[in-house]
Amino acid sequence: MNSQYTAKDFKNEQQIKWCPGCGDFAVLNCLHKAMSEIGVAPADTAVISGIGCSSRLPYYMGTYGFHTIHGRGSAIATGVKVANPALSVWQITGDGDCLAIGGNHFIHAVRRNIDINIVLLNNKIYGLTKGQYSPTTERGYVTKSSPYGTIEDPFNPAELAFGARANFFARTIDVDLPSTTECMIAAAAHKGTAVIEVLQNCVIFTDGIHKYYSDKENRADRTIYLRQGEKMIFGKESNKGLVLQGLDLKAVTIGEDGYTIDDILTHDATLHDPTLHCKLAAMEGPELPLALGIIRNVEGINYDQAVVDQIHRVQANTQIKTFADLMMSGNVWEVK
Amino acid sequence: MNEQVKVKELDSVVIRFSGDSGDGMQLVGNIFSNLAAILGNEISTFPDYPAEMRAPQGSLAGVSGFQVHLGASKVLTPGDKADVLVAMNPAALKVNKNFLKPQCVVIIDEDSFTENDLKKALFQTNDPFQELDLKNVQVISVPITSMTKAGLESYGLDNKSAVRCKNMFALGLICWLFNRPIDSVTPFLKKKFSKKETIMQANIKALTDGYNFGANTHATVTTYHIETNEHPKKGFYTDINGNTATAYGLIAAAEKSGLPLFLGSYPITPATDILHELAKRKDLGVKTVQCEDEISGICTAIGASFAGNLAATSTSGPGLALKGEAIGLAVMAEIPLVIVDVQRGGPSTGLPTKTEQSDLMQALYGRNGESPVVVIAATTPTNCFDAAYWSSKLAVEHMTPVILLTDGFIANGSSTWRIPDLNVYPSITPPFVPDSIKDIWKPYLRNEDTKVRYWAVPGREGFEHRIGGLEKDYTTGVISTDPLNHQIMTDTRQEKIDKIADFIPELKVEGSVDSDILVVGWGGTYGHLSSAVNSMNASGKKIAHVHFEFINPLPKNTHEVLSQYKKIIVCELNLGQFAGYLRMKYPEIRIDQYNKVQGQPFMVSELIDRFTKLMEEK
Ligand code: SF4
Repeated sequence: MNSQYTAKDFKNEQQIKWCPGCGDFAVLNCLHKAMSEIGVAPADTAVISGIGCSSRLPYYMGTYGFHTIHGRGSAIATGVKVANPALSVWQITGDGDCLAIGGNHFIHAVRRNIDINIVLLNNKIYGLTKGQYSPTTERGYVTKSSPYGTIEDPFNPAELAFGARANFFARTIDVDLPSTTECMIAAAAHKGTAVIEVLQNCVIFTDGIHKYYSDKENRADRTIYLRQGEKMIFGKESNKGLVLQGLDLKAVTIGEDGYTIDDILTHDATLHDPTLHCKLAAMEGPELPLALGIIRNVEGINYDQAVVDQIHRVQANTQIKTFADLMMSGNVWEVK
Repeated sequence: MNEQVKVKELDSVVIRFSGDSGDGMQLVGNIFSNLAAILGNEISTFPDYPAEMRAPQGSLAGVSGFQVHLGASKVLTPGDKADVLVAMNPAALKVNKNFLKPQCVVIIDEDSFTENDLKKALFQTNDPFQELDLKNVQVISVPITSMTKAGLESYGLDNKSAVRCKNMFALGLICWLFNRPIDSVTPFLKKKFSKKETIMQANIKALTDGYNFGANTHATVTTYHIETNEHPKKGFYTDINGNTATAYGLIAAAEKSGLPLFLGSYPITPATDILHELAKRKDLGVKTVQCEDEISGICTAIGASFAGNLAATSTSGPGLALKGEAIGLAVMAEIPLVIVDVQRGGPSTGLPTKTEQSDLMQALYGRNGESPVVVIAATTPTNCFDAAYWSSKLAVEHMTPVILLTDGFIANGSSTWRIPDLNVYPSITPPFVPDSIKDIWKPYLRNEDTKVRYWAVPGREGFEHRIGGLEKDYTTGVISTDPLNHQIMTDTRQEKIDKIADFIPELKVEGSVDSDILVVGWGGTYGHLSSAVNSMNASGKKIAHVHFEFINPLPKNTHEVLSQYKKIIVCELNLGQFAGYLRMKYPEIRIDQYNKVQGQPFMVSELIDRFTKLMEEK
């Protein structure tokens, strides 16, 4: 992409307050880089957040930024975008902010398909309040507020987003900078709500929580990076692939049990029917690889544009152009 | 007209239309009051909606009422008690029994006063008038339903559609009673039923039948001739309710300030009509988002304000409670925001369709931290326009949230309104940061006179900045936890609001200014307090009245005004919130109070009684 900007244009001099080694740093760098490539001016970019470790991110941007209140980032970003659709609007959020206290705003932003990009940093813990389980914490996990293990099942953010009829969903790992940047750029290009779940490591409270997948050693065997139009192949040797067996996805080895490359599914993120995207997003180890990359990317009518279109439609067919016109249009009589 | 008819000359009259929620009483009430306004009366109306929309037919809970007060001038309230009641069923008669004047004319639909109907309204006997002890009323008993149906036989309507026209028959009767030409009603019906020709014709027929029935048969009741105002101010007039006026005030302010208007809102009684009205105004570029909840209502508005719109959210008491945290954010971020609270009976779900003034303390203090906002209270249905305009002006020019308190009574009530000329309204100038100070500008750089920070709207190059709910450094605008800085910022936010007193009108005492007694009110009780004081003044009793529209900050001359009177009585529809607020501000001033929390507005008569007693007390 040709852009007049560099990552530096999107940075500022603020001292960063995250713990050394926190996965948030990587995401911040990716966002700076992605924005420089997207090519929208810092002045035309607004980064909105709620509360939590990740929600500090706007302070480290050279753009317009608004660090708001817990859980309300989606609603505030919605207002920003509807008020001025010319802005590129980003929401930075975490698993607690987005899926617990902000769950309602999140699903409705997704449902309305507001043209905002939601970067959801999922570390499966409340970091800022020092270590309580979140809506994505696995059942049984011991935290300060679950000393005997949690007794709740977690959300899978993708399933929640698809339940709210998301048109764009991508998943990346914090340590994989190029993919995260790539997904951010694709999210910006997508018209409508784009959700990017970044599996982020909290070095303090859940260090290694995503290790099973993020570990360099095993990443190729335990994850699959989905690319539009390409075969769903993974593995160190690139010899494993996904096939559909009945209604289920199955990981197979090409050349074994009679499977050939032709049996392997081809990824199509633009399928209108979300069923397969849902299945892909729900995959987990050890039987299946974790899906990464852009899982779904479908065109839809976005809300902020629809607002503008409706205004234009009504304005084309009305005599009411000013407040005074409005006043005279009703049930009015004159006293002379 | 029959010679025996007694024509009563009145300068004002109160009519109450009442029936089942399906009887169309709101519609006839509306049409009749519009008609009166067009014919030169001042009007004040008050719809009294049933608590339950789906209450069983004929039950007490299902009664829907519409009261209109019309007269030559000084019609400030919808009136305490009715001169004429239209009761479409026994339940309507029962719920209104305490709101009738002696000698009141009561029109009933005979067809719906059967034994069965009486039972539904929990009458024990077959004589409802006797049972309710209504001795001196003049009853006009008309078989409204059957006559309506008979008149429409040739129209080919099904039974249900024909019966639905009975409200027009009743309206025809009222037009006869008040010497109103029914020709002037037809345009309303043509507009209302423009797409249903037969229904329109049927309604006109029922209206005519009702009128003729009155003219031909009822020679012995009082009919009325209402004075019209001979010399109203020249101009264009309409009639308007408070919610619509509020929406218009926001629209006018947006136009005047050059800012696009945004409303984020969640449906809630009795505020939803503001959302309805603004949603219609795509023609004027108004953006509305019907949100997933109250919190989103205000948060989308906060986002829109951050992005440079004139942003508002509309709600009622329970919604204001949910918005508290976000109001705090707007206080901290110092962005303009108008929060309209149409107060209703509380707490909790309370009395959603009824009126109260009990959100005052919530508006002033219902947030965490030292969190001052401007609080404005609209005084009448038409004043909602000015109050919304002022709210927007102060919000934008002083970079602050403003809570505008109206209430169910003025929001749904309507009166005649002279359409304002925006040219004479004060300008609204957003404090956009000038390019000239780009080099020294920081997000919380302020105008040192007003303490207002400059507004840098996203999209402007060179002013990229980050704000938020965390405390910021007074000078640099970056996050700060410095103890002294927090003191300075807290003091500054308070000072900014306090200084607004320099920009708002001073109090003006009305009535006998030089008396010993001052009646104090705020917000939607203006009409009743003013009527009571006027009427006492007219009978030679000296009493003054002052009414607050600006609650925080208080007008600059508040102390001066209050300290001039020996006795001060604060009247409000709560347990004394404003009285307590004044006592806190001016502990040396002695304040009496008169309070009511029945979900109903004051009655002028009860106020006069109370004030008279106060005058007699030593
Ligand atoms: S607590 Fe965890 S998530 Fe928060 S900054 Fe530290 S490492 Fe990052």
